[in-house]
Amino acid sequence: MSQIPISVTVDGLTYDDEVEPRTLLVHWLRESIGRVGTVVGCDTSSCGACTVLMDGQSVKSCSVLAVQANGHTVTTIQGLAEGEDNWHPVQAAFKECHGLQCGYCTPGMVLASIDLLQNNPDPSEQEIREGLEGNLCRCTGYHNIVKSVQYAANTMAGKDQPAELTGGAR
Amino acid sequence: MIPIAFDYVRPTTIPEAVAALVASGEDGKILAGGQSLMPVLRLRMAAPSVVIDCSEIADLQGVRDDGNSIVIGAGTTHHDVMNSPIVKEHSPLLAMATATVADPAIRHRGTLGGALAHADPAGDLPAVALALDGVLSVTGPNGSRDIAAADFFTDYFTTSMAEDEILVSVTLPKLGAGWGYHYEKFQRTAQGWAIVGVAAAVHRSNGNITAARIGLTNMAPSPVRASSVETALSGADATVKAVGDAAASAADGTRATSDLHAAADYREHLARVITKRAVLTAGGI
Ligand SMILES: Cc1cc2nc3c(=O)[nH]c(=O)nc-3n(C[C@H](O)[C@H](O)[C@H](O)COP(=O)(O)OP(=O)(O)OC[C@H]3O[C@@H](n4cnc5c(N)ncnc54)[C@H](O)[C@@H]3O)c2cc1C
Ligand code: FES
Ligand code: FES
Repeated sequence: MSQIPISVTVDGLTYDDEVEPRTLLVHWLRESIGRVGTVVGCDTSSCGACTVLMDGQSVKSCSVLAVQANGHTVTTIQGLAEGEDNWHPVQAAFKECHGLQCGYCTPGMVLASIDLLQNNPDPSEQEIREGLEGNLCRCTGYHNIVKSVQYAANTMAGKDQPAELTGGAR
Repeated sequence: MIPIAFDYVRPTTIPEAVAALVASGEDGKILAGGQSLMPVLRLRMAAPSVVIDCSEIADLQGVRDDGNSIVIGAGTTHHDVMNSPIVKEHSPLLAMATATVADPAIRHRGTLGGALAHADPAGDLPAVALALDGVLSVTGPNGSRDIAAADFFTDYFTTSMAEDEILVSVTLPKLGAGWGYHYEKFQRTAQGWAIVGVAAAVHRSNGNITAARIGLTNMAPSPVRASSVETALSGADATVKAVGDAAASAADGTRATSDLHAAADYREHLARVITKRAVLTAGGI
């Protein structure tokens, strides 16, 4: 089968590779360049577990071919932290507000939340729920995920956290 | 799953795309946003010999104001359609319906042209194109032609485009002053497909409804106009009672099916209820 050369910048590094046209971006990320933080949860582009940013916008990497990423920039969950102790505010918020249980949906949730906050830095609860409608979580019931996004929005805006986000019913 | 192997080409002009489609015989598939095609390939429900990626053809992108109408390139993403100032001003019904499609990540890649060409009976945008009397421009080896939305959607996942034609743009007439709009979608979950959807545009003058255009999603193998409701509303009083009476015929002439989401008679009930809601909201009643 023919192989097509690609050059893709992932988490700040440029990778030159050759791929079969049918290779999905998510499979290339995981199997060719070791970005196993990006996971696959379905066959129907429904679950959002595979969400990454492509040129800054959220996409489901199971619905993009690796060849289509040629010349583009991809950010995965592994490209967010700037060092061990310097997490992205959205990652830190998911930890602080216990926005995960098994963690399978979390990479996609974090990247979809970053996209959401880019477009709407001060979302209402309803806007958060709608903004994350393409990301399914089978564990948390979403409650603490919504809190995490609110917490991250406050951190990113330099605001104090209200009491309901910092303690009590977690 | 992993799709069956295929060849891949990425034309940058419309003629190149048509040439690739012709060269592929009947085995080529256009790839636009991939938000319907990639799941189909992954589930191995299709096995094209060549995938013709049209996502980087500049001439398929963008929205322009064309005087009495607006023209939207087939390759314009849902995200760009719903955020376009031209669409928001002159075709807010399309902007509103597009915002209900799938989720933000899918809207970043999925395109208006892909959604129309795919012709999913549960897709939201075919009913909008139909209600607004849209015209679809297609190009093939024998040149270009325009197809009225009413003649474009022919059956489940089937359009009147030939195998070697591609959809280039969609023209929607501006509806001007006095028109109100609403897209009402009944779905089980936020990201879900429409169980039934109603696209309504209503024109009012003084206390009356002067004209109405209503497209129904998922009430037949392809979108349908609720013609008897439109006729009943023309000249009707702009009251809840008159709209309710007119909406009682919303399921007439439809061919709803039963599936795991809803039985046909429930869909007919929904069509009546949400047509009433859509018209009341569109008409500001
Ligand atoms: C989880 C999920 C939920 C969704 N929910 C909704 C929803 O609620 N409502 C809704 O309306 N849609 C929904 N969609 C579908 C979405 O709108 C798709 O974007 C759309 O159906 C296809 O557009 P695309 O650009 O991705 O097309 P593609 O997937 O690239 O192509 C789809 C088909 O159209 C053909 N095609 C594409 N462009 C052209 C062209 N220019 N000329 C000729 N043929 C062409 C392709 O060959 C293919 O057969 C959903 C999709 C997913 C995965
Ligand atoms: S794996 Fe991509 S959406 Fe489920
Ligand atoms: S934490 Fe388990 S799926 Fe979300």
